[in-house]
Amino acid sequence: MSIQETIQDQPIPGGRPPASGVRGATTMSGLANWLRALAALMVMVAVTLLGLLAMTFVIGRLVPIDPVIAVVGDKASAETYARVRQEMGLDLPLYEQFWIYCKKMVTGDLGTSVLTNNPVLTDIARFFPATLELATLGTIIGTIIGVPLGVFAAVRAGSWLDHVVRVIGLVGYSVPIFWLGLMGLLLFYAKLGWVAGPGRIDITYDYLVTPVTGMLLVDSLLQGQYDAFWNAVSHIALPACLLGYFSLAYISRMTRSFMLNELAQEYVTTARVKGLSERRVVWRHALRNAAVPLITVIVLSYANLLEGSVLTETVFAWPGLGAYLTNSLQNADMNAVLGATLVIGVVFVALNLLSDLVYRLLDPRTRSR
Amino acid sequence: MTDTATSSAPKPSLRQWLLSPEPASRSQARLGRLYVGWKTFIGNPLAVMGLVIVLALIFVAIFADVLATHSPTVGGDLRTQRLLPPSAEFWFGTDDQARDIYSRIVYGSRLTLMVVALVTVIAMPIGLLFGALAGYVGGWVDAVFMRLTDIFLAFPRLVLALAFVAALGPGIENAIIAIAITIWPPYARLARAETMTIRNSDFIHAVRLQGGSTARILFRHVVPLCTSSVIVRVTLDMAGIILTAAGLGFLGLGAQPPSPEWGAMIASGRRFIMDQWWVAAVPGMAIFIVSLGFNLLGDGLRDVLDPKASR
Repeated sequence: MSIQETIQDQPIPGGRPPASGVRGATTMSGLANWLRALAALMVMVAVTLLGLLAMTFVIGRLVPIDPVIAVVGDKASAETYARVRQEMGLDLPLYEQFWIYCKKMVTGDLGTSVLTNNPVLTDIARFFPATLELATLGTIIGTIIGVPLGVFAAVRAGSWLDHVVRVIGLVGYSVPIFWLGLMGLLLFYAKLGWVAGPGRIDITYDYLVTPVTGMLLVDSLLQGQYDAFWNAVSHIALPACLLGYFSLAYISRMTRSFMLNELAQEYVTTARVKGLSERRVVWRHALRNAAVPLITVIVLSYANLLEGSVLTETVFAWPGLGAYLTNSLQNADMNAVLGATLVIGVVFVALNLLSDLVYRLLDPRTRSR
Repeated sequence: MTDTATSSAPKPSLRQWLLSPEPASRSQARLGRLYVGWKTFIGNPLAVMGLVIVLALIFVAIFADVLATHSPTVGGDLRTQRLLPPSAEFWFGTDDQARDIYSRIVYGSRLTLMVVALVTVIAMPIGLLFGALAGYVGGWVDAVFMRLTDIFLAFPRLVLALAFVAALGPGIENAIIAIAITIWPPYARLARAETMTIRNSDFIHAVRLQGGSTARILFRHVVPLCTSSVIVRVTLDMAGIILTAAGLGFLGLGAQPPSPEWGAMIASGRRFIMDQWWVAAVPGMAIFIVSLGFNLLGDGLRDVLDPKASR
């Protein structure tokens, strides 16, 4: 996959350089140009967020269950039905309903979950740290292993190592993540006993750690509860490695492609001619230049782990946002489903924006154009 | 084809005829291109392996009735034939309903193939048409279409598909619709990008000068040129379609029991994973092999049809 193709189909709200449309006088300084591009990007993000709201609104309308009957029951009189319908605002024109919906969502009122009886936002705030912890650890694992692997594969293109990286990538793109998780549980938990089973922590340590950040690894360390910490580590090891593998498959493939690109450049030849060691050429010169697109790839893979975590959390009974989403789905708890979908969408957009900004900030070429 | 082989005159061999630098007819040129593409494809053993896997899937799906040894939905004796390990009679063992897993896998190939085919048939024309239209017409149409794809791409695909299935209700038809809805935007973007590069080329101007209508230009000249890159993209996405459908099945939102969908089979085997591992392991293996096949095939096709994009 070439970088153009990948960046193009990533959901960066400003995938095409937005500067081209608003480029004014040629005397404009680099920074002003960059700020202008930033403003255009912000407008694009605002439109996208409005679109997210429209999407969840539409999906909410698609539900074949009449929300009024769900409240009053099918034995209610016509007057009661009409009254409740009016109270719920369903007699208003659609655009007004959408406006009310937007106002509610923006103020953080995502409705109440039928299942837990809590406001959906409270639920999400409670479940989100677990997902964050898992996805962060997964990305760290994927980056630490994936980047060097990709570099080696590019340096020795065609060698056995290159083929290994290729196979890792192919398997990562082809294997069902939930199945690999189950097989991992079978092997490392049931047969070998190397790691702890599903869940975040053993029941004996439950409630021992007071939630501060909500991330057990951080909280237990802060409070000096090393037993609880190591127990949490043995619980998170397997799901984090699983997500790490999928992030590794993507990152190593992209690193390889970027590095091949850089190693073919003339400055690499110059550096070699000057007599620099091969190690210095590869790690200091080429990787430095590949680092900019690489950082955006890592941020994007972080965003993709949000998706992977939905299935992973179900397999490992991990009490995160993904598990919350699937659990609400199975119980037809639409407020919770749409709330979680919206939050995941917003986080996804934010991460994409971040990757775009980092790219613009670090690569001087995007500024001076 | 046969007349070139049997004629006695010093006619060029079939190979020479195909590779002729000056093809005498349009069909000769087309066949020649096809031949070169095929040669490139055959030279890539991994791509051939992918093709073989996909063809095997199609074969199994067509002849499922012959290949299956038991019924896929009706189980055997619940007292004696539940959760049996693989044996001569039950090649991959039996599940908790005493059904033969091998036969269920065989019939499940039909569902997998159906999902892939239907999603492709729905999503590809939508993406091609919207993309080509947006790229060709430009202006506000383009802006609106592109914002629309932005919105779709602002959700992780699986999450959006989950939300749609939640609204439409579980079931394999709704899963197919949900996947198709979430998968078309990248195709539209690709078709748009391709269209923009050919929109101002001389031959399009020529058609327009000859009085060709917009519809004619779009359907006869623009869309055919975008198709090959979109086909490559779709083939590369087929593994993703299979994995998403299996994920929906695993969560109980895709195909409903007792249908032998592979993802749903893993879900039902999950309870027995510690002792009767084969119940969940075998369907997962099937999903893995099939999506690997599509990935390899897609890589190979990309090398043939879209040499620019391959690395």
